[in-house]
Amino acid sequence: MMTPAAAAIRPNQQSASAARLTLCGVEFLADLSGALFHEGQRLLVVADLHLEKGSAYAARRVLLPPYDSAATLARLAAAVLRWAPRAVLALGDSFHDVRAGERMAPADRDTLAALQNGRDWIWVSGNHDPALPHFAGGQVCETYALGPLTLRHEPSLEGRDGEIAGHLHPVARVVSQSGSLRRRCFVSDGARCVMPAFGAYAGGLNIRDEAFAPLFTGRAITAHVLGRSGVYGVGAGSCRPD
Amino acid sequence: MGRVSRKPPPLLPQAFADWFTQRGWTPRAHQLELLALAQKGESALLVAPTGAGKTLAGFLPTLVELTQVKRNMRGLHTLYVSPLKALAVDVARNLDAPVADMGLKIRIETRTGDTPASRRQRQRRDPPDILLTTPEQLALLLGHPDSTTLFATLRRVVLDELHATVTSKRGDLLALDLARLRTLAPHMTMVGLSATVRDTSELRRYLVAQGGAPNMSALVVAPPGAPADLAMLDTRERLPWAGHGAAHAIHEIYAAIKTAKTALVFVNTRAQAEAIFQQLWSINEDSLPIALHHGSLDAGQRRRVEEAMAQGKLKAVVCTSTLDLGIDWGDVDLVVNVGAPKGASRLTQRIGRANHRLDEPSRAILIPANRFEALECRAAIDAARIGAQDTPPLRTGALDVLCQHVLGMACAEPFDADALFMEVASAEPYAKLSREEFDAAVDFVATGGYALRTYDRFAKIRRDRQGRWRVANPRVAQSWRMNVGTIVESDMLKVRLVRGRSAPVVQKGSSGGGMLFYPAKLAGDAASRPAYTGRLSRGGRVLGEIEEYFLETLSPGDTFVFGGEILSLQGIVENEAHVARAHADAPKVPSYAGGKFPLSTYLAERVRKLVSSPRAWKDLPEQVREWLEIQKQVSRLPPAGDLLVETFPRGGRYYLVAYPFEGRLAHQTLGMLLTRRMERMGLKPQGFVANEYALAVWSLSDVGEACARGRLSMDDLFAQDMLGDDLEEWLQESALMKRTFRTCAVIAGLIERRFPGKEKTGRQVTISTDLVYDVLRRHQPDHILLQAARQDAATGLLDLARLADMLARVQGRIVHEPLERVSPLAVPVMLEIGREPVYGEAQDQILAEAAETLVQDAMKH
Repeated sequence: MMTPAAAAIRPNQQSASAARLTLCGVEFLADLSGALFHEGQRLLVVADLHLEKGSAYAARRVLLPPYDSAATLARLAAAVLRWAPRAVLALGDSFHDVRAGERMAPADRDTLAALQNGRDWIWVSGNHDPALPHFAGGQVCETYALGPLTLRHEPSLEGRDGEIAGHLHPVARVVSQSGSLRRRCFVSDGARCVMPAFGAYAGGLNIRDEAFAPLFTGRAITAHVLGRSGVYGVGAGSCRPD
Repeated sequence: MGRVSRKPPPLLPQAFADWFTQRGWTPRAHQLELLALAQKGESALLVAPTGAGKTLAGFLPTLVELTQVKRNMRGLHTLYVSPLKALAVDVARNLDAPVADMGLKIRIETRTGDTPASRRQRQRRDPPDILLTTPEQLALLLGHPDSTTLFATLRRVVLDELHATVTSKRGDLLALDLARLRTLAPHMTMVGLSATVRDTSELRRYLVAQGGAPNMSALVVAPPGAPADLAMLDTRERLPWAGHGAAHAIHEIYAAIKTAKTALVFVNTRAQAEAIFQQLWSINEDSLPIALHHGSLDAGQRRRVEEAMAQGKLKAVVCTSTLDLGIDWGDVDLVVNVGAPKGASRLTQRIGRANHRLDEPSRAILIPANRFEALECRAAIDAARIGAQDTPPLRTGALDVLCQHVLGMACAEPFDADALFMEVASAEPYAKLSREEFDAAVDFVATGGYALRTYDRFAKIRRDRQGRWRVANPRVAQSWRMNVGTIVESDMLKVRLVRGRSAPVVQKGSSGGGMLFYPAKLAGDAASRPAYTGRLSRGGRVLGEIEEYFLETLSPGDTFVFGGEILSLQGIVENEAHVARAHADAPKVPSYAGGKFPLSTYLAERVRKLVSSPRAWKDLPEQVREWLEIQKQVSRLPPAGDLLVETFPRGGRYYLVAYPFEGRLAHQTLGMLLTRRMERMGLKPQGFVANEYALAVWSLSDVGEACARGRLSMDDLFAQDMLGDDLEEWLQESALMKRTFRTCAVIAGLIERRFPGKEKTGRQVTISTDLVYDVLRRHQPDHILLQAARQDAATGLLDLARLADMLARVQGRIVHEPLERVSPLAVPVMLEIGREPVYGEAQDQILAEAAETLVQDAMKH
């Protein structure tokens, strides 16, 4: 049985393309693109851009289309346009490897520079990008504090009481009476949030994978799943392992 | 073989004539004809029914030449290529008899994926006279630098089951490799062995080089066998309205099996095979040796069933199309075809599996599983009686296969683009290939074929000083060798039997006689039947493989049927599904994708004619006649050439049911496009469902009334232009299209399945082809891989070509019947509602439902 009317089903919240997500009392909007927006500070957070992942494969002669950086940056530009942030924070693994800058096309570098123009830009370091290209601009830091929350690339055990991280590329497999699908998601227990990867070629790890278990012991988690036209809060009970 | 003795013609050397005589045989006319053609140096197509001595006919010229002609230097003389490994092995065994009887000094060897590496190496160095192999192995041999010397001595190529090979991408790969063989061994001749096909000229062109005017090989046609004894079961039970299980007829199937020496029970899908096998055993009071054979079962298990079959130890085998092709099963005297026959040629070939003796009629019973299938069975029987054929038309060579071949040729030796283009275009499937397409393939192989030329320094092949293309690096060739082939399986997980978490029932190890293929416990009385295996332990036996996406729908503890057993999923560990035996009243049955053939266009047309002409109903079962009679009274019969569309209200919704009879795939695509259009027209469509014959769409708006008031016309609703923008928009998101793209990406070599030291499974692939598809589609929509995927979509999972033909045919010929209530003909498709899985468009609904569950949970506090 098939139902055509995706358009008829709207997520149950104020904005069609974003959902509220509260962490330790701090309110965010979880954007359909996979970005997180803090209205008060007008801060836009994105995780795991993995720029130049395609060309990294090409260097090993897996000749993936060389358009992933452009695609990722275009999606970021759309989110920037939507929220008009005062600052953008990239939560690590922004570049796929330390030589990504050498391979990046001039046009993509220009796009990045244009996005940075007129706003603050913060690069949090990740395991893939301990060093950034010379043209990266902005400021670099290991962690970033936002009220009671710490923003860092890799989720930490001490971050249990207030943390936003990336690194794990969470996806949820959702199964209902109508069928099953696998989508990128934010995963959160109200104090900690692991963000979805933003990069066009970034794969995903199921939130039921054991890597997530130590992060959320003893608390109910919700997957904020990026659907086609909205972000849907789905209980862990509806998410299946791969 | 005929048994009348006659003076042998001079064509045949005395030793051979004597051998025929000793066996009490006489050479058949077609065998001698092929021999004469081979001696004249002509390639030929032999069309012959099963049991006509096809294999011997193919090899006779080789055997004669190898004994008569003195050769200065030994080398590979004849290459035999078959689509099945098992067939190559079987033919090798059959050839041993004449060679041993006549004391011929001929070396015959097989080479398949199972051949040890050391032996394969030796075969290249010191080839046998006759090498029996598969298309993939041939591609590997041709991609090796020593292929020029290896094939220089080649005189003859024998292509078995050619009608089956040419319908897939393997046929494209084989065609390209044959073109290369013609370059390496210009004096070689080919013979194609085929079952009866719709158009022999296509296969005759396939066998010889094309270019300029179409060339054709010679044609030899063996006389047809005795007409088959064909019947449709007129069940005493109630014939179901829908479904494909045929459970109603299980006692009648069992009774038929009892009357036979050995029966083959053919079904269309692996899921049906499992179900029928289960049901047969649940009523198997006589403990008849009935076995199961399908493509997901462990290869060792299949071999055991095949051997037991050949030794006459089995009463029946429930099987899928894995047994359609030519291995000789000995004494099969009955074919039971459960479900829809799908095509006239397919049915004829299956019937041919019974009785490999030409002069005796094959006996076959068709078991329709529902009322529509009864119509299809009737039409197929009529078609088979007049010998009608509906094999699909020959393919246009796929671009992804071409890419793989181009790299392979560079691995063999540096190539000149002009020369390779000429060679490729001499292969029939690629005869219409343009130079631009060829150059795009070369460009893809070199640097990915991207408009943005950033990968020149990572090129896989590069031009040398003479302008010839050569591999940039030995690793490129190594990687190509590990990824040769066109069969891209769905991601499969091994199913491994382990000790369950809940204590399993201890099995008594009474597996006497090595009959390992009985289900252990189906009716609950394990003690009376042999056990499946002995002790279980962790890391136990592998039962076979199953599609990953089926297992994705299961949670640990869920039960399913596999290999005739009820199993419970324990968990997935790396690329294995661990299962334990279980008891369950209602196990989930695997919904394997494998083996769902579309209804052939020819048979669809016959069914339409049958339905529209009441005079032809006399041969239909009573229940079916009655059903059509009522349809005629309350609505109307679908006219043979026109499209009947019914509309009626039901349960607060409005239904539209159309009867195109074009197969499920084309109907699904039509459903997607139709609902998009209805959405735009404000008709509020809610969903649709399709079967092989009809399509039902339901909506909140009354389509019938909109037509009555002149606000809508059916002609507009079904207008051909739905294949324009709507289609493009849908393809962008379609999961089927993404799956098609993945296959092309793997075959073309963009994504490697295997690389030195490791083998990836779907679970480990670090880059998802879905992500690549999304990016490529947006940034370079004319890329060669997207072209390849669109070409596949036309005939593959989306069946666009057939849909386009249908829409063109019914223009201005739509008959609308507004009804008060559901018609008898609509019932089968309406019953499909709720059974079918969801595709692309409804994905957000899944999330909405899951989100709703969360809301309900929250309200419980």
